[in-house]
Amino acid sequence: MIKFLLNRELRVEESIDPNMTVLQYLRTEAGKTGTKEGCASGDCGACTVVVGELDGEDIRYKSINSCLTFLSALHGKQLITVEDLKEGSQLHPAQQALVDQHGSQCGFCTPGFVMSMFALGKNIADPNKAQIEEALAGNLCRCTGYRPIVDAAESMYQNTRQDQFDRDHAQTVARLRALQIEEQPQLNDGSKQAHNPRSIAELAELLSQNPDARLVAGGTDLALEVTQFHRELETLIYVGDIAEMKQVTVHDDRIELGAAAPLTDCYKALANDFPDFGNLLHRFASLQIRNQGTLGGNIGNASPIGDSPPALIALNAEVVLRQGNGSRTIKLEDYFIDYKVTAQQPGEFIEKVVVPRVASNEAFRSYKISKRIDDDISAVLGCFNLTIKDGVIHNARVAFGGMAAIPKRAQHCEAALTGQAWNAATIKQAKQALANDFAPISDFRASKEYRMLTATNMLTRYFVELDEPATDSRVFSDSVVQSYIPEPRSVTTQTGGSAHV
Amino acid sequence: MSNHHSNKLTPEQMLSQAKQELQTGVGRSVKHDSAVKQVCGEAVYIDDRLEFPNQLHVYARLSEHAHAKITKLDVSPCYDFPGVAITITAKDVPGLLDIGAIMPGDPLLADGKVEFYGQPVLAVAANDHETARKAAMAAIVEYEELDAVLSVEQALEQEHYIDQPHQHVRGDSQSALANAKHSIQGSVHIGGQEHFYLETQISSVIPTEDGGMIVYTSTQNPTEVQKLVAEVLDVPFNKIQIDMRRMGGGFGGKETQAAAPACMAAVVAKLTGRPTKMRLPRMEDMMMTGKRHPFFNQYHVGFDDNGRITGCEMKLAGNCGYSPDLSNSIIDRAMFHSDNSYYLGDATITGYRCKTNTASNTAYRGFGGPQGLIMPEIILDDIARQLGKDPLEVRKHNLYNGMNGVNGFGQPLSDADQGRDTTHYYQQVEDNQLPEMIAELEASSDYHARREAIRAYNATSPILKKGLAMTPVKFGISFTATFLNQAGALIHIYTDGSIHLNHGGTEMGQGLNTKVAQIVAEEFQVDFDNIQITATNTDKVPNTSPTAASSGADLNGKAAQNAAQTIKQRLVVFAAHHFNVTEEDVRFANNHVLIRDEVLPFAEFIQLAYFHQISLSSTGFYRTPKIYYDRDNARGRPFYYFAYGLSCSEVVVDTLTGEYKILRTDILHDVGASLNPAIDIGQIEGAYVQGAGWLTSEELVWNDQGRLMTSGPASYKIPAVADMPVDFRVKLVENRKNREDTVFHSKAVGEPPFMLGISVFCAIKDAIASLADYRVSPRIDAPATPERVLWAVEAIKQHSAETTRATAEPAELETV
Repeated sequence: MIKFLLNRELRVEESIDPNMTVLQYLRTEAGKTGTKEGCASGDCGACTVVVGELDGEDIRYKSINSCLTFLSALHGKQLITVEDLKEGSQLHPAQQALVDQHGSQCGFCTPGFVMSMFALGKNIADPNKAQIEEALAGNLCRCTGYRPIVDAAESMYQNTRQDQFDRDHAQTVARLRALQIEEQPQLNDGSKQAHNPRSIAELAELLSQNPDARLVAGGTDLALEVTQFHRELETLIYVGDIAEMKQVTVHDDRIELGAAAPLTDCYKALANDFPDFGNLLHRFASLQIRNQGTLGGNIGNASPIGDSPPALIALNAEVVLRQGNGSRTIKLEDYFIDYKVTAQQPGEFIEKVVVPRVASNEAFRSYKISKRIDDDISAVLGCFNLTIKDGVIHNARVAFGGMAAIPKRAQHCEAALTGQAWNAATIKQAKQALANDFAPISDFRASKEYRMLTATNMLTRYFVELDEPATDSRVFSDSVVQSYIPEPRSVTTQTGGSAHV
Repeated sequence: MSNHHSNKLTPEQMLSQAKQELQTGVGRSVKHDSAVKQVCGEAVYIDDRLEFPNQLHVYARLSEHAHAKITKLDVSPCYDFPGVAITITAKDVPGLLDIGAIMPGDPLLADGKVEFYGQPVLAVAANDHETARKAAMAAIVEYEELDAVLSVEQALEQEHYIDQPHQHVRGDSQSALANAKHSIQGSVHIGGQEHFYLETQISSVIPTEDGGMIVYTSTQNPTEVQKLVAEVLDVPFNKIQIDMRRMGGGFGGKETQAAAPACMAAVVAKLTGRPTKMRLPRMEDMMMTGKRHPFFNQYHVGFDDNGRITGCEMKLAGNCGYSPDLSNSIIDRAMFHSDNSYYLGDATITGYRCKTNTASNTAYRGFGGPQGLIMPEIILDDIARQLGKDPLEVRKHNLYNGMNGVNGFGQPLSDADQGRDTTHYYQQVEDNQLPEMIAELEASSDYHARREAIRAYNATSPILKKGLAMTPVKFGISFTATFLNQAGALIHIYTDGSIHLNHGGTEMGQGLNTKVAQIVAEEFQVDFDNIQITATNTDKVPNTSPTAASSGADLNGKAAQNAAQTIKQRLVVFAAHHFNVTEEDVRFANNHVLIRDEVLPFAEFIQLAYFHQISLSSTGFYRTPKIYYDRDNARGRPFYYFAYGLSCSEVVVDTLTGEYKILRTDILHDVGASLNPAIDIGQIEGAYVQGAGWLTSEELVWNDQGRLMTSGPASYKIPAVADMPVDFRVKLVENRKNREDTVFHSKAVGEPPFMLGISVFCAIKDAIASLADYRVSPRIDAPATPERVLWAVEAIKQHSAETTRATAEPAELETV
């Protein structure tokens, strides 16, 4: 069985369909219809709920897409939905602010925004505009144009901050702690099953017993197989309860990222060393997805357009593959073999990703091209990591996504750079060489010509960014945008203006 | 207001209250009536309604060919799935199969052939949605493929139309073009747009004891759903009741497209006797339902040295999809707006209604207007670059004359300006506010200084280029099908003084119910909270027009006002008689009624009237005056009035990728005397962002089989939060009430601001044009996706390199 808190209520589930999403559960089993289905694919945020998770003596509140979350992921956690925020007739500050700022029109996206704002307030005391946009980028609104919603997020805590969740904190911690001791959480509806192993050893054991089982980490891609492609997944193994696989450890010479560590956690460690990795992660899906999704999942699904593999390849990352008690370490670039084919053997799983730390990291850049800046899938993603000393390129690692069937290094391009002088002529050579590296395809995201040209143009940008750092080079960078950001609006509510006389 | 709770006030206290202004009447920023429920998850949408124990769920199997004959249709495998109640095909529909809105052409289920990829072929009803889906996919459907027409050019070439082309003609455009000093010609594709209402199409149907149905449906057009459900079931309209409390977004997408799920659910409910729901999953919704019409527009324009247009020919070809739906009116509206705010000189505007094998394109905010209205903006930019002038100056040369006898520059009319106040369909533009609005926004947005700053920035920025554009909107208000300009309302006052309000309009988030309730509050001088807004229901107000054409508040507000005034008049007559005063002595004021020297709380007064047998319930009705249109001669006054707007957008474009961002937007928009400034600003901001999305990231892509490839939010990108302008300044035009007798002299606001988004498109082109010193106009189809922008950048760079090769050093970037 699995146990979780639905706000304050203890829910115990044993025989529910393990393919059921939290959204379906809320709407059909729990009779809570405040959470809406807008797309069932994690792209609109209407189904956003907040999950509270023990973190020492603290509770971490994270916004997630309930449409992409299988029920097992709730074990030992607190699920909070839009119905839970109000106390009596008193709206939660996030709700009141949306009302006061006229932030709801048709109202269908509103519960999702409320929950994203609630989670934002729990994580950042006084969010600035960029942090608000980051928190809300995974919530689509078709009516308002967002301005009043952003104003609401800016003003929600101007009067009161403490809410019922703060007051209940100690009690909730105790209750969640009590749920952690549950042995072998699992669901079984007779035909499908889900397991929540608690250790890597348990996972290895389960996987050797069920070699066809599907591993669920964040589940943000896997769930689509159920909600969009209507497959039935018979055996699921949820790895999100394995503490040792969720660790992010920074050593002197390397960063170790547990395969089940949420991207949000990996973000901090990587962005610290490689600022441009931070920029990339900011554009990696939405916060809801990053709160769930993992590096292990982003690698393991072997998509040619996953956002992290090109960056990790450019950083010379390795993956540790585990089977039973044994493990092996391979270069990430060797993990990808062909379209959706990897070096991972049956019964193996990704245990962690290891990124070497380097003395000089200023030369790492990642460039993502997509139709929409936020929460979009890359048409092309290129990452550059050159070692330049005394005007000479000593080492070049260049990797692309969206240009081939797998994330891949640009070997001709690297060869044209390596050993050459760092100047415009070399870049020109490298651009020409890049044409020999890839033969991209055309699809609805971009034509092959566009992919090729933008990939080539990345070298131009890379050169300018390193050579003339003062030059504006990205439309969303602070140097371009900052001077346009207005002071937060006065949050007084408009009531007057009797213009009809 | 209940008698049980009323605090007894002294007459002096009441009098003092009555002297204060009502706080929640017309012109106040009253909150959306559902806001509190929405933020708590308590607002009930159709899918949230409690289900019945014997509830059925419907799933439709969609065609996998754009054009094909159905050679085999075997539904027997569907019944292998436990829980399946029924499978229906075209032959199971008891009544009329066709659910076409105005003209036939839309079979509820495919009848022997399919005409687009995504057309419903059969539907299965089962105990749950997933079983219905599995069963529907198990049916055996075989096809024989037929030739498909997939592009608008192909349809145009083959004269493959849903109806004949139509023309607006003024003067002799041919001679004007021949005699023009300068001319330009070109063509442009204007993309369609998915509505992406957050709530997909849904209907829930309950059979009644009389062989009818109660239909809960998310529709902008309850009366039409009533008619169509009655027709497919072959029962009189009076057996069908439609109930519509709120939609999770509409934008035109639920004007006709809500009918199919309602009718399919109704047929199932009729045949099984069980309550039935049909909710479209997002992908099926996007595949099945029509969108904004893509257009292919060709133009030939002659102009003088000032850039003033002297002759103009435009061919506007709308891609209607496979059936007529509302396309005739939509193409007409594109033609009516092909002048936007400008006098086109001698003009011939032709509208083509192209039939293609795609979903039947339908109403979408602006209703074809935007696809026509964008044309002069593209053309005037081209003219400005050809002449080396600022695009805003060229726009001013072409504006219709302003009110108070000024030209586009706000100067007294010269001889050359005389007579420039009539559209190409011969409606006089009587209240053009644009010259003064432009002057105001030019100053408040600091247009000229920013243009200089942008030129300076671009001169030194190798990768990023900024662009600026100010574009106006003039949008005609009224249904062009004149008979639709009518509305009804129903008001009851109960004996505790509380008011029940119902009207024929539908709430899709736009705040219509709030505005109408404010109007009633204003009339009776009672608090907004004293008025209960109720679901739109065909049992209460019959024969309604769709909530469309931005007309919701204009029409239903007037109808509700009429109902309120009817009751009020009865009350005044009663009071005058009862208290032996004149009618002028009876006044309603801030929750009280003043009767010469006496003052009564509203509730007490109502009770008094009730005891004196005064009717406290009334219907209300309204029809729009003044409008007429002779389509045969393409002349008339199709619009009661025009709404005006103006936006100025600044963008930054990445010349290495084509990506861009909106940095600042200034908007000045005319809503007459605003009924609710906060709601109006909400409409304007939302419309602008939606309009910008239409012209930027929202790209619909079909493959060569006619299958929509962008069938979900993972692939179809509407604006997200960071796509709104970094600096977003929206103002309503002040002190300009509608000169026409609209409700409290307000103006419609739903559609007009959508086209404010055009300034983003023009600003992106302006940024690209900087690469050739603003002397070459970039050619770019809409939407201006990053890819299209990059190709335009490449073309301009190429052009510029060719023209300057002999003299100039190669640009820095080209050496890299």
